[in-house]
Amino acid sequence: MNRSLERHLNILEFTLSSLSRRKAKNLSLLTIYLLVVFILASLVFFVTALKREAGIILQDAPDIVVQRLVAGRQDLVPASYAGEIGAIRGVTAVRPRLWGYYYDGLIGANYTVMASDEATASSDRATIGSGIAKARNLAVGDLLPLITYQKAPLMLEISTILPAGSDLMAADLIVVAPGDFRTLFNFPVGQATDLAISVRNPKEIGTIAAKIVELFPESRPVLKNEILRTYQSLFDWRGGMTIVILASALLSFIIFAWDKATGLSAEERREIGILKSIGWETGDVLLLKFWEGIVISLTAFLLGVILAYGHVFFLSAPIFTQALKGWSIIYPRFQLIPVVDALQLSVLFFLTVVPYTTATVVPCWRAATTDPDAAMRS
Amino acid sequence: MRRSLQFLLFTAFSLALCALLSLHARSVRAAADAELKGQVARLKNLQLTDLCLTTEARYTRHPALADRHAAYQDHPLALEHFPSGSLIMPSPHLRDAQ
Repeated sequence: MNRSLERHLNILEFTLSSLSRRKAKNLSLLTIYLLVVFILASLVFFVTALKREAGIILQDAPDIVVQRLVAGRQDLVPASYAGEIGAIRGVTAVRPRLWGYYYDGLIGANYTVMASDEATASSDRATIGSGIAKARNLAVGDLLPLITYQKAPLMLEISTILPAGSDLMAADLIVVAPGDFRTLFNFPVGQATDLAISVRNPKEIGTIAAKIVELFPESRPVLKNEILRTYQSLFDWRGGMTIVILASALLSFIIFAWDKATGLSAEERREIGILKSIGWETGDVLLLKFWEGIVISLTAFLLGVILAYGHVFFLSAPIFTQALKGWSIIYPRFQLIPVVDALQLSVLFFLTVVPYTTATVVPCWRAATTDPDAAMRS
Repeated sequence: MRRSLQFLLFTAFSLALCALLSLHARSVRAAADAELKGQVARLKNLQLTDLCLTTEARYTRHPALADRHAAYQDHPLALEHFPSGSLIMPSPHLRDAQ
C-alpha cells in the first residue's frame, strides 16, 4: 500500500481510538453538530422546493392585478373600470375577479371563496379544496351549508373535490358561480374585488400599469413580477423564525469554535506532549487533529443532510409546517417536489465543516510547537 | 476490520446515499412536475395570485395582494398575532413602496 496512504490510515486509526476514549463528550458534540446541520439543511431544502413550486404555480398569475384603495384600505373596484382599462393599447383582456374570505364559525376555519365565470360553474354547486373536504368531512354530492351576510342559509352541493396535489394552490378554496358569490356576501352588482389584466407584450406591463394609475389615481396595480418576487423572497432571512434558526446555528458554531480555539484541555495537551516525546512530529500531530475535526464535522454534515432530506421530502417537514400552520384549521399538506441545490449544499458544507476543522487544528498547532516536557507539565 | 477502514466505508456509504438522494430528487421531479402543471392548468381560469401556505391571516394567505402595513397594523409595536406572520415577510413591493 502507498506509504502516504498507510500513514493517513494509521493516524486516522489513532484519531478514532482517541475520540472513543472521550466517547460521551464526542458523541454529545456530534449530536448537537448534527442537529444544527439538520435544521439548516432542512431550511435550505424546504425553502428551495417551495420557491420552485411557487414559480411553476404562479406562471399563470395575471400580468397585472388592479386593486382600488380608499382611505388607505383596499376597496371594491367598479366593474366599469374594466372597459376603460381594456381600451389601453396592449391590453388583451380584463377580467373582474370576485373573491373574498368566509369564516366558518362551525369549525373556526377561514375559506377563500372565488367566483368562476366558466360555463361549468352552475348555481348552488361548488368545487372545494381537499383541505375543506377533510376539515368538514365532505364527499362529492354532499351539501356544504354556508350562512350568507343576510343571515340566510346557502346550501351548496359539492360537485368536485380538488385533489390533494393542488393543496398548495387551493386547500382552502371554494369555487362557486358569480350569482352564489353575490348572494353569500351580499356583494354589490357592478363591483369586483379586483381586476385581472392580461397584456400582449410582457415588456409593456410597466407602461400599462403607469397608464392605469394615470387613468385611476386611486388604483394600485400589482405586477406579475411583483407577485413572483413575493415568493422568491419568501422566508426572507430577516424574517422572524428564519433569523431565530440562523442565529441559533451561528451561535452554536461560535460556541464550538470558541471551545476549540480557546485552547486544549489538560488531557489533550498531555496527549500531545506524550506523542511528541515518543517521536511524533508536529506535522503528524496536526494531521491527527485535522482528522479529528474531519471525523466529527463530516459525519455530522453527511448525516444532517440525509436526515434533512427525509424530514422535508418524505415526512413533509413537520418542524416548519407546525409554525406555518399556526392557528389555521385548514392547511395544505406540504408534499413538496424534491430539489437538491448543489451550490447551496456546498455553501452549507463550507460554513460548517471548514470552520470547525480549522478551529480544531489552530490551537493544536500552538501546543504541538512547544517543548514536549512543557506540554506534559502544563 | 480496522476502525479507520470502517470509518472510511461509512463515509463512502453516506456520500453514496447523498448522491442517491440527488438522483431520487431528479427521478421523481419529472412526474411530479407534470402532475403539478396539470393541477395548475385545471385552475388556470381562476388566475390565482398566491400560494395557500397558511390560512390564519389575510396577509399570509395572500401576501402578494396584502394591504400595506398589514402586519403590526393594530397599533405601533404590537406583537405579531399569528405564527405564520413571523415566517412570511411582507412582499418586497409593499416594503419598497414605503
